[in-house]
Amino acid sequence: MVRHRIATVLVAACLVAASGCATIPKDALVLSPDSLERRQLQTRRIDGITEKELLSAAAGVLQDLGFNIDESETRLGVIVASKDRSAFTPTQLAGAIALALFGVSTSIDKTQKIRVSLVTRPAIAADGSARTDSQMLRITIQRMVWNTANQVTRIESIEEPEIYQAFFEKLSKSVFLEVQEI
Amino acid sequence: MKSASRAALVTACLMAGYGCAPSTEAVLETSQSAVALRSFQQRAFDTTDREKTLRTVIATLQDLSFVVDKADLELGTVSATKLSGYQLRITVTVRPRGTTQLLVRANAQYMDKAVEDPKPYQDFFVALEKSMFLTAHQVD
Repeated sequence: MVRHRIATVLVAACLVAASGCATIPKDALVLSPDSLERRQLQTRRIDGITEKELLSAAAGVLQDLGFNIDESETRLGVIVASKDRSAFTPTQLAGAIALALFGVSTSIDKTQKIRVSLVTRPAIAADGSARTDSQMLRITIQRMVWNTANQVTRIESIEEPEIYQAFFEKLSKSVFLEVQEI
Repeated sequence: MKSASRAALVTACLMAGYGCAPSTEAVLETSQSAVALRSFQQRAFDTTDREKTLRTVIATLQDLSFVVDKADLELGTVSATKLSGYQLRITVTVRPRGTTQLLVRANAQYMDKAVEDPKPYQDFFVALEKSMFLTAHQVD
């Protein structure tokens, strides 16, 4: 019975490998209904600062948070940063230990790579021209998590509102310092 | 089932999946001609403002939940990655077409495969059109 099931799984895996199951999801490049909401969550307008000053203040915040800058193109208002951190969680560890007591070995999350892209653009004045003293800033964050067997366990966008709010709070402090030149 | 026959089945499975060709063939491999690919990967826009177009491309990618990997104004390229249970990478280039238009081209890879289905590119240009406030013209 069990052997029969193993054989079925193997045949199924074989068919998947042969036909190539990796096709792009239909909605991968479609604007989702919640994209506006997400944009609002990830964007802030910052007044009284030029785009260059804001980018420099933002780079400072990323460094405060332990990110390393991977790429930047200030002429397009882009900074890309990342950091590698532990992904251990006490609950997962406790679960793995409990299972290990019964002789079952499991893999738990070990490391994660967190990536951020931070993009600025001048705010638009009432007459449609780009303002020099007011900027829009949007960040998007994602992460990949590997377990103790070096398998990827999570590939995801980070969308928790608290994370974005906390980032923007730190940013406004840094912008204040930048403007004051402290 | 004996373990030997199971091993044979696994081997057969791997061979079915990857074929017998050397994997270096992937370097220059495409499933369609360059002309066919371009027909759905690129569109023309009636503007000559490259910087604004690149900034709009970046904003559109952020709307689509991408994180930017690289951007270069000089070369006119933006690369970005979307992680959503899968990994989708895209590169978008912006270059002049004649004296009144810009040509925007996108190419994407989903996991370890090139995206060669026209539909996702159409979706991308629909999203880009909205942010550009301009029509994306089909070019041959």
